Parts: sequence; C-alpha cells; structure tokens
Amino acid sequence: MSATGYAEGLAAPATGVPTAVRVDAYVEAPIRAFAIATIFWGVVGFLVGVVIASQLAWPLLNLDLEWTTFGRLRPVHTSAVIFAFGGNALFCTSLYVVQRTCRARLFGGDSMGWFLFWGYQFVIVMAALGYVLGVTQGKEYAEPEWYVDLWLTVVWVHYLVAFGGTILRREEPHIYVANWFYLAFIITVAMLHIGNNLALPISLGHAKSYGLASGVQDAMIQWWYGHNAVGFFLTAGFLGMMYYFIPKQAERPVYSYRLSIVHFWSLIFLYIWAGPHHLHYTALPDWAQTLGMVFSIMLWMPSWGGMINGVMTLSGAWDKLRTNPALRFSVTAVGFYGMSTFEGPVMSIKAVNALSHYTDWTIGHVHSGAMGWVGFVTFGAMYWLFPRLWNKKGVYSEKLISWHFWIATLGIVLYITAMWVSGILQGLMWRAYDENGFLQYSFIETVAAMHPYYVIRMLGGVMYLSGALIMVYNLWMTVTRGESTEAAPALVPASAVPAAAA
Amino acid sequence: MPTKIEKDALTGTNTTGHEWDGLKELNTPLPKWWLYVMYATIAFSAVWVILYPAFPFQGATGVTGWIAREAVVQDVAAANERMAPMMNRLRAATPQQIAADPELRAFAMAGGRIAFANNCAACHGAGGQGAVGGFPSLADDDWIWGGSYDAIHQTIAHGIRNEEDDEARTSMMPRFVADGVLTPAQVNDVASYVVSLAGDADPGQAAEAERGKPLYAENCASCHGDTGEGNRDVGAPRLNDRIWLHGADRHAIARFIANPRMGVMPAWAGRLDPATINMLTVYVHALGGGEN
Repeated sequence: MSATGYAEGLAAPATGVPTAVRVDAYVEAPIRAFAIATIFWGVVGFLVGVVIASQLAWPLLNLDLEWTTFGRLRPVHTSAVIFAFGGNALFCTSLYVVQRTCRARLFGGDSMGWFLFWGYQFVIVMAALGYVLGVTQGKEYAEPEWYVDLWLTVVWVHYLVAFGGTILRREEPHIYVANWFYLAFIITVAMLHIGNNLALPISLGHAKSYGLASGVQDAMIQWWYGHNAVGFFLTAGFLGMMYYFIPKQAERPVYSYRLSIVHFWSLIFLYIWAGPHHLHYTALPDWAQTLGMVFSIMLWMPSWGGMINGVMTLSGAWDKLRTNPALRFSVTAVGFYGMSTFEGPVMSIKAVNALSHYTDWTIGHVHSGAMGWVGFVTFGAMYWLFPRLWNKKGVYSEKLISWHFWIATLGIVLYITAMWVSGILQGLMWRAYDENGFLQYSFIETVAAMHPYYVIRMLGGVMYLSGALIMVYNLWMTVTRGESTEAAPALVPASAVPAAAA
Repeated sequence: MPTKIEKDALTGTNTTGHEWDGLKELNTPLPKWWLYVMYATIAFSAVWVILYPAFPFQGATGVTGWIAREAVVQDVAAANERMAPMMNRLRAATPQQIAADPELRAFAMAGGRIAFANNCAACHGAGGQGAVGGFPSLADDDWIWGGSYDAIHQTIAHGIRNEEDDEARTSMMPRFVADGVLTPAQVNDVASYVVSLAGDADPGQAAEAERGKPLYAENCASCHGDTGEGNRDVGAPRLNDRIWLHGADRHAIARFIANPRMGVMPAWAGRLDPATINMLTVYVHALGGGEN
C-alpha cells in the first residue's frame, strides 16, 4: 500500500486493453448504471408530475380508474423524484466521489456496486407497483409497506458498509468534506427509515401492516422522518454532491474549510429537531411545536453556510459561468437552495404557518427545493460525469445544455410563482370573513380560484420535463457519438497494482 | 500526502494544505455577518422559548401564558359573541319573519349562501341547480316535498328517508320488476305512457303508451296522480313537467320503474345551529321557486 502506486494519472487505457487492468481501478460500471438510472427515473418522475399536475387542473384525467387516480399517482411522482431520481444520483455521485477523494477502490468492489444498483432499483419498482395497486402505509414519503422497507434496509446497510469501508481504507490522511455530508446522509437516513417504519405486518403473506405508534406520536415520528428526509436525503446528500462538483467545475479551491466544519455540524445537529413545524396547530403539544419552530429558525444560517461555500468557491472563476453551462446549473442550484432554506424557516414561524399550512405555498416551497436545488445540482453533476464515466472529451452539445438550463429555469419560475400566488390566495380565502362574520368563501370557491394557477404550474412542469428530455438526447449523443479521450481520466487508486499494460 | 499550505493567488488566502483528487480548501475565516445572524437566530429562539410553551411539563406555558387550545376557544368565543345578537334574533324568528325583515333577511342571505355552499352544494350544486341521478334542483318551482318556508325548513332540519331522524319524511316506491308487480314489457309500456304525460309522446311509441295507460292508472296514479301531477305529501314527484330526476329518456324512466333508487338526505338539525337552518331555509326559498 505504498503511495508510489499512485503515479500521476497512471491511467488505464480506455480501449482494447485486458480488463484485468480495470479490475483494480476504481469501480465504475455500476456507477455508470446509476448515472443512467438517475436520468431515466428523473424523466419518469417529471412525467408523472406533469400528469398529476394536469389531473389537478382537469380532474377528468383521473380517467375514473383506480390505478390512475391522483391519490395513487402522487406517491409515484414523489418517490420517483426523491428516491429514484435523487437516490440514484446520490448513489452514483457518492460512490464516484468517495473512491476518488479517498484514493481507494470501493469496499466490496464491483459486486458490491452491482448489488447496490439492482437492490435499489428493485426497491423502486416494488414501491411504485405497490402505490399503483393501492398498497400503502399512508405515510407521506414513507408509503412503501413493510416488505419493501425490509429490503431497503438490507440495501442501505450494504451502502453504509461500502461507503464507510471505502473511507476506512482511504489513502488520504483527511476525509474530504463531501464525504462528511454523504456519510451523515447515509447514517441518518438509515435511522429515520427504521424509526418511522417500525410496523407489524398482519401476516407474513399479507402486504398490510400496522405501525407501532399511533395518534399524535405516530404523526410526530412521521414528520421527524419526513422533515429529515428533506434535511438529510435532499440537503445533506446533495451538499456532498455540491462540495465535489462545484470546485471541480470551477477549478477553484473550496471557499472556506472553517465554514464547512461549522455549518456541517450545526446543520446536522439542528435539522433533526425541526420536524414538528409540519404539525403546527395540530394535536401535537405546544412545547413540541415551539421547539420545531425555533430549531427551524436557527437552521437558517447553517443551511446558508453551504450556499456561501458553493457560491464563493466561484470567486475568481465567475467568468466560467459564461462558458460552462453545466456550472450554471450547479450555481443556480445553490441559489435555489439558499432561497428555499430561507423560505423554510420563514414558513416555520407559527404566524406565517397559520396562513401557509395546507396551501399550495408548501407545494411551491418543496418544488423550488426539489426542482431548483436537487434537480439542478444533479444536472450539473451529470453533465460533468457522463463524459468522464464514458471517457469522452466533453458533452455532445454545450448549446443544448444552455437550452436545457433556460427552459428548466423558466419552468421552475412559472411553477413556484404560480404556487406562491395560488397558496397565498388559498390561505387568504380560507380565513376571509365578511362584515357579518360569515366565511367569505366556500371551500369549492377556493378550489375554483386556483384553477388558472394549476394550469400555469402544469406548464412549468412541461417545460422542466422538456429540458430533461433535451438532456437525455444530449447525454445519449455524448455516450454514443462523443469523441473518446485517449486515456481514461480515472486515476487508479494507490491500492491498485500498477499493471504495465500500456 | 504531506500537508502543504499554499497562498491562493486570486484571494490571497491560505489553503489548508490538504488535497483530495485535485480539490483544495481555502482557510477563509467564517463570514462575520453569517456568524452574527446565526447568533441572532439563537438569541431570538432563546427569547421565544421563554415566552412560549417549550418544555414538556404540566403548566410550563411560558411567560406569556399562551396556550394554543385556549387561544382557539377565545377566538371562537369572540366570533360567536360578535354574531350573537343577530344569531339570537335568527334563532327566535320563523323563516317567514326573517324574510319579511330587511335587516335579518340580508344577514340570512349572506349566512345562508356560505352555509349552502359548504353543506348543500355537494349534492344540490353550487347554485342549487341539482344534478341528474336523484339530486333535485332547488332553483326551480318543482318541489318534491313542498316549497313553502315550513316545508323547506322541515326538509332541511330532518332530512328525507334517513334513519337518523324520526321526523324525516319517508316514502317508498315499489321495485316493480324486482318485486314481481310488472313484467319488463309492461314497464316499457308504462314508461312510454309517462313520457307522453309530459307531452313528449313519441308517435312511434303510441301503441306502447296506450297499453301503459291502464297500467299507470292501476299502479302509479295513487301516488303520482291521474295526470302525473305528483303528490308532495308522499314525496311523489310530478311526472308531467319534463323535469326528470334520473334522466329524461324513456329507457332511463323504465329502468327507474323497474328498480327505483330513491334519494336520501341527512338531517341537519343537530349538525347545524337552528339559526343556520333558518338562514338556509330563507336562502333556498329565494333560489328560484319559493312558495308562500
């Protein structure tokens, strides 16, 4: 295990070389599969999103079939986007990043990579099938029933072992910041997943189960889970992605090591307490609601630490935004991240929540995070990764990345502004009283008032989906038509035997 | 790899000396504004925790003494108190008296509108227009159980054919085919005759209608009247006005005679305040066809 094995770019030749050379290099084939799955499930998730957005605007599109009703397709959309698109992106990038920043081959090697890949795709397909057939726990973002939960636990423990094992066998003295975030995400999601899915199936041959907790305790556990699915899956995990791909794309050092330490620890300490803000003005005791609110407010700056580090890493490299449209995705993502992590604490304030809760404002909030932050940082990473994973000189068309960027950005703007207007309108209509003291509007009148915004939201979704389809074409052309590099860009880890193949 | 601290040429800041896959980090101090805003949020939270309930102990309500449940009770009480004078008058008055008093009537129409939209519109439509399938229109003058203030009030308060309220009016039309009273062919004949009652006779069905006439007189007229004029005492709808609850065509009518599905309406007394039921009565009466 001497560092001398780590010769400058001891590059494994790309083609026509015995595979033996690659065996000891970084694990890549499963990561390529994860990259493809990311794009595939992204398109599926966005498409189902457009379908259910259309159903809200035109209820006829529920088709009067139980399998295609909004209630069943909605979890297909949320799970496809969060867990299939986002999850595959996290697997893909974390396994790529951890090997390179540790200079160590993935613990468990290719077979571990393939087990994680197929195991996780199986979770996705089983979960989606269940939703469409009406098998659900009825817990938001934790809809899959016990049999899927158990299998996911198996896959996730392997993920932790693979990721942690790679860190343990690292050839670098320190652990890179991206890996802190990835590891926090993997450990915490394991804890959340198990905690929120403690349930007893009614029999081993039956899909239905009952949770151990009930009533407000169940609600509290659900939103402890639900909020930290946002905090650790969609925030910590993707911050890990941001910490590798933005410095790579900008070719600049990370802005502040000290900030990364302070904001990492404060973020993961504070996030876990913020869940009760999902249960303001419910049966949840007041003291828990107060704590949920104040922890959310204290979370503002720790969240923004990531934004500062992302954006300020560009100091001295702002010109790259003009020439590198993929970097534009990553940096805009950080902008949306900053916006939604400010909006979140604001919405957690009880007086604001009294207006915003149960309205479309919440939907707009989560979509500025999901489309703007999670989606864009993933697109930025994928445009960077695809040419490298397939040993190509670059993305097929920079111009198409630009098209993708502008169409998707416009789509997000349409989406979130429509939901802001709709949500605030809805909240104000619900609480409006006339001069006699009667409610000013009936519920159905508030629904009718939202119709135009639902149509605009659907158009925003169509634009976002169109952008993603442009990306599919662009990446397809990159892989199939792109000009190959002379040598593989992947460095061989120190642990690799320096094969003298070339 | 040995630690090698360098000075970044662009910012003049030192790196930490670590490097991973070509990535380095600057050792920039924490931005001051970031740190101070974080302290401010912590200070805000500390104050908030003192002011509002934040500890899981009985009676730990915070300095303000604010409790969500009590705040709701107070809000509701304040709203009720504000409306109490008018609501008391509405409760004490009959619908006729409310309609005759311009001030009460204006109040009742506003309250009736929103109460109707939130409770009645799901079946009777947003404008009381009803829907095919047994949901009567309330915006016309075709009343099944009566369109006077008293009749409307009785219907709203006690409902129709429900099992929860003893005062709910009820009636039952026989299932003419299922109960073996008529054959399917006879039902077709009666349906053709019923269509002709409303003046929509199809010349092609003249023979059927002729055969249906005595069957109608024998089986239907006792409730629906000799000429299809209906009978509000038993909730038998008029048949000679081209208003059909379950579809206008001959086949829909035949299907209904063979196996009727009569509407059920819940009782609202007990669910809604008596004042609200009075307001609804005045509102529904004013929708189009109220009778005196």
